[in-house]
Amino acid sequence: MEVIFVLIAISLILAGSFLFLFFRAMKGGQFEDSHTPAIRILFENKKLTKDKKVPSTKTK
Amino acid sequence: MSKSTIHSSKATTTCYHCGEACQDEILHFDQKDFCCTGCKLVYEVLNENDLCTYYDIADQPGLTQKASSRKENRFDYLDDQDVIKKLVDFQNEEESHITFTIPLIHCASCIWLLENLHKLNSGIISGRVDFIKKKVQVKFQQSQISLKEVVLLLSKIGYEPTINLADVEKKKVNVTDKKLIIKLAVAGFCFGNMMLFSLPEYFAEAELLGNGFKKTFNYLNVLLALPIFFYAATDYYRSAWLSVKNKAVNMDVPIAIGIVTLFFYSLYDIFFLLNEGYMDTLGGLLFFLLIGKYYQQKTYDTLSFDRDYRSYFPVAVTKLVKEEEEVIPLIKLNVGDIIKVRNEELIPADSILLEGNAYIDYSFVTGEEIPVVKKKGELIYAGGRQKGKALTLTVQKSPSQGYLTDLWNSDSFEKERTHSLESLATRISGKFTFTVIFIAMVAFIFWAYQGQLSLAVLSFTSVLIITCPCALAMSTPFTLGNTLRVFGQGKFYLKNAHVIEKMAQVDTVIFDKTGTLTAPAQAKVTYSGEDLSPESKSIIKALVNQSTHALSNRINAWLDGVKTVVIDEVKEFSGQGLLGTYKNQEVRLGSADFVNSQVLVEREGGNVVFFSVEGVVIGHFFIQSGLRKDIDRVVAEIKMGMDVHFLSGDQDHERANLKRIFGNDVLMNFNQSPSDKLAYIEKLNRRGLNTLMVGDGLNDAGALRASQVGVAITDKITNFSPASDAIMDAEVMPKLPSFLQFAKTSRKIIKASFGLSFTYNTVGVFFAVQGLVSPVFCAILMPISSISVVIFTTLATNYLAYKRGLKSKIW
Repeated sequence: MEVIFVLIAISLILAGSFLFLFFRAMKGGQFEDSHTPAIRILFENKKLTKDKKVPSTKTK
Repeated sequence: MSKSTIHSSKATTTCYHCGEACQDEILHFDQKDFCCTGCKLVYEVLNENDLCTYYDIADQPGLTQKASSRKENRFDYLDDQDVIKKLVDFQNEEESHITFTIPLIHCASCIWLLENLHKLNSGIISGRVDFIKKKVQVKFQQSQISLKEVVLLLSKIGYEPTINLADVEKKKVNVTDKKLIIKLAVAGFCFGNMMLFSLPEYFAEAELLGNGFKKTFNYLNVLLALPIFFYAATDYYRSAWLSVKNKAVNMDVPIAIGIVTLFFYSLYDIFFLLNEGYMDTLGGLLFFLLIGKYYQQKTYDTLSFDRDYRSYFPVAVTKLVKEEEEVIPLIKLNVGDIIKVRNEELIPADSILLEGNAYIDYSFVTGEEIPVVKKKGELIYAGGRQKGKALTLTVQKSPSQGYLTDLWNSDSFEKERTHSLESLATRISGKFTFTVIFIAMVAFIFWAYQGQLSLAVLSFTSVLIITCPCALAMSTPFTLGNTLRVFGQGKFYLKNAHVIEKMAQVDTVIFDKTGTLTAPAQAKVTYSGEDLSPESKSIIKALVNQSTHALSNRINAWLDGVKTVVIDEVKEFSGQGLLGTYKNQEVRLGSADFVNSQVLVEREGGNVVFFSVEGVVIGHFFIQSGLRKDIDRVVAEIKMGMDVHFLSGDQDHERANLKRIFGNDVLMNFNQSPSDKLAYIEKLNRRGLNTLMVGDGLNDAGALRASQVGVAITDKITNFSPASDAIMDAEVMPKLPSFLQFAKTSRKIIKASFGLSFTYNTVGVFFAVQGLVSPVFCAILMPISSISVVIFTTLATNYLAYKRGLKSKIW
C-alpha cells in the first residue's frame, strides 16, 4: 500500500504542473482575445515564388 | 469637399476596394473599378507589395476612402516626444510598441492586412489584431520608421487609427479580473486535491486505510490549505478589515470570521487532537465563493462605460501663427490662439468664428443631428463638428474650461461615487454577524457553566463554522450576475452588478428630450404650399437620394414609395441645399437664402426646407423631430409607480404638445444647459430621491453621472455614449419599465434565497450548539446549501425573465 505515497506525490506534481501551465497561459495573454486566433489560423501562408523587392521605407 | 458632382446614370458598378456603388466617378486601374482615388490608392499600395490576398479573404473588404482627409500634416503632432511617450506601451533604444484603436476593423481581411504590415515597411516588426476590441498592437523599430510614419502608413491603406485626447491624458490601466481567475484556479486546485484526501474520512467506519495514511492525508490537507488561506482568501480579509475600520459590517466580515475560525480550529484539531479538521470545507467554501464573485463580473469588452469628452476630442489642432499652419497638441492650446478647423473636424474649445461658413453638427453633444448655421463673430461651443469648408476661429476658453467640458470640473466628477445605497446583503450581514456571535457566546457560556470546557470551545467554533454565510454570500452574486446576463441579452448593458440593486430602488425617472424621447427616424414632415404633383415628388426624391444630410433623409423617408426620375446633375452645397437640373429647369431644395425665398417662414421647433423650380418657390417642408415609438406608453407605465421629469436644452415651444401626450403630472424643464441638468439631478438627490437619468448626448453626461443610475441611450451600441452606469440600445427602450420591474424582482429573489439559507443555518446551529458538528456533517451541509441556493436563484431569475418577456427562451 505504500505505493500510494508515491502515487500521491506524482498526482500532486502533475496537477501542480497543470496549474503552473495555466498561470503561464494567463500571463501570456492566451485568454485575452478568444476571437481573433480563430480567424488567424485560416490564413494561408502564401509561398512567394518570385523574389519580392524590399518595400521602400519612405512614405510619400 | 462641399461640392460634388454626381452622375446618377452610372450608379451600377461597384468599387473593387470598398464595394460601394461608384457614383461620382469610376476610376479604372488594373482592369478593376474604383469609386474614388482613395480606394484606388489603397489598392495600388497593396498591389505593389504583393498583398492582394487581402481581396481574396473577403469580398470588397475595404471601406470607402471618399471622406478621408488627405492632409499630410495632420499627424505632425506625433513628432512631439511628449506625445509619443504618452502613446506608446513600451519603448527601448530599438523598438517601440503601440496599441492603436482602429474602428474600421470589420472582417478577416482587415486582420490579415494589419498583421502583414511588415511586408509594407521593413521597419515594422509585427502587427497583432484584437478583433473584438478593434485594436492592433504594432511593434516597430523607431530608427527606421517614426510613429508618425506608422500612422500615415495605416491611413494610407485605409485603416486610420483614432487617437484621441483620452489616449494622451491618461494611460488606461488594464485592471482585468486576472487576479480573480488565478485565485479561483488556486482554490480549485487545492479544493479538488483536498476532497481526494478527505474522501477516506467520509467512510471512516470502513477503515479503508491504515492510521499512517490518515495522518499523512491530514498533513497534506494542511499544506494545501495554506495557499487558500494566505492567497485565495486575501480579498475577503481586506474587504472585511476596511468595512470594520469604517465601523460597518459588510458581507465579507462574517465570511472572514468563518474562514479564520475554520483554519485555526482545523490546525488545532489536526495537530493537537489528532482529528481530521475542516480543511476540505475551507477549500470548498473559498472555491464556491470565488466562483460567485467571478460570475458577478460580467464585462462587455466592446462597450465603454466611462468615456468623457476626452475620448472624443482630438489630440491635435491646427494653429495659425502668422498665416503659417502648425499642428500642435491640444493640451498646448491657449486662449487667444487662432485655429483652423476643417471639414468633419471637431471644434476643440469654445471659440469665436472669424472666417468661413460654420455649419456645426452637435449631434454628439445634444442628440440633435441637424447641423446649425453660425455666423461670423458668434461663439461656437466646443464639441460640435464642422460640416463644410474650413473655419478660422479664435479660442476663448481653454479646452477643459468650456461650456460643455466645464461639467467635468464639477465636484461630482472629482471623487469616485460612493455607493450611497447599501446593498441588501450588507444590511443583513450586520444583524447576521451579531446574531451568530451572540449564539456562539451563549453556547460557550452554557457549556462552560456545565464544566465542559472542551465542549464549550467546540460548540463555539462549530457555530461560527456552520453559519459561515456561504449560501448567504452566494445568493447575491448569482442572482445579480444572472440578471446582468438577462439584461445583456435584452440589449441593456450594465456597468456592474451593483447597478441592479440601485435600479431596484429608483423612484424618480428623468428623461432628456432631444435624442432620448425624440428620434431622428420618427421625424414628422409636413408640407405646405402648392400641391406637389407626382412628378415634383419624383424630382424631390431624386434630389434627396443623392444626399446624406439628415434633413434629406427625413424627406426621403416621407416620400417613401415614390419613384425617382433621372436628374442630370445634383450639386450639394453644404449648409445650404441641393441643386439639380431636370428637363433644363433648375430645381433647388434648401434653406430660404438658397432658394431666394421672399416669404420668410419662421417656424419654431423644427427646420424649414424650401423647394423651388427656376427660382420660383413652390412650397416648403416643415420637419420636426418626432417622438420615439411607444415612448408615450413607456412614460405612462413608469409614471404609475414613479415620478417622471423631462429635461431639455431646447426652448419650451413644445411644452403644450408634450403635455398633451404625456399628461400634466410630468415635470418639464426647458432651456437647461449641461450644468443646469447636473444641478437639477443633484437637487433631486438632496431631497432623498433615488434618481434614474436617461440621456444620450455629452450634454447629459453631468446628469448621468450625478444620478443614482445613469442610462445612456444609443442607436448603435458601439457608437459613442457618454459615461454612464448602463448603456441601452434605443430599440429596446420600450422595455425600460420591464427592466426596472425586473430589477425589483431580482431583489425579491435575493430575499427569498436568504430565507432558504437561513433555514440551513438554523438546522446547522441546532446541531452546532450541542457540539455535534463533525467534518462529515460539514462536508455534506455546506455544498448542499450553496448549490441549492445557486440553483434556486438561477432558475428563478431565468424563469421570471422568460415570463416577463425579457428572454426568448428559459435557457
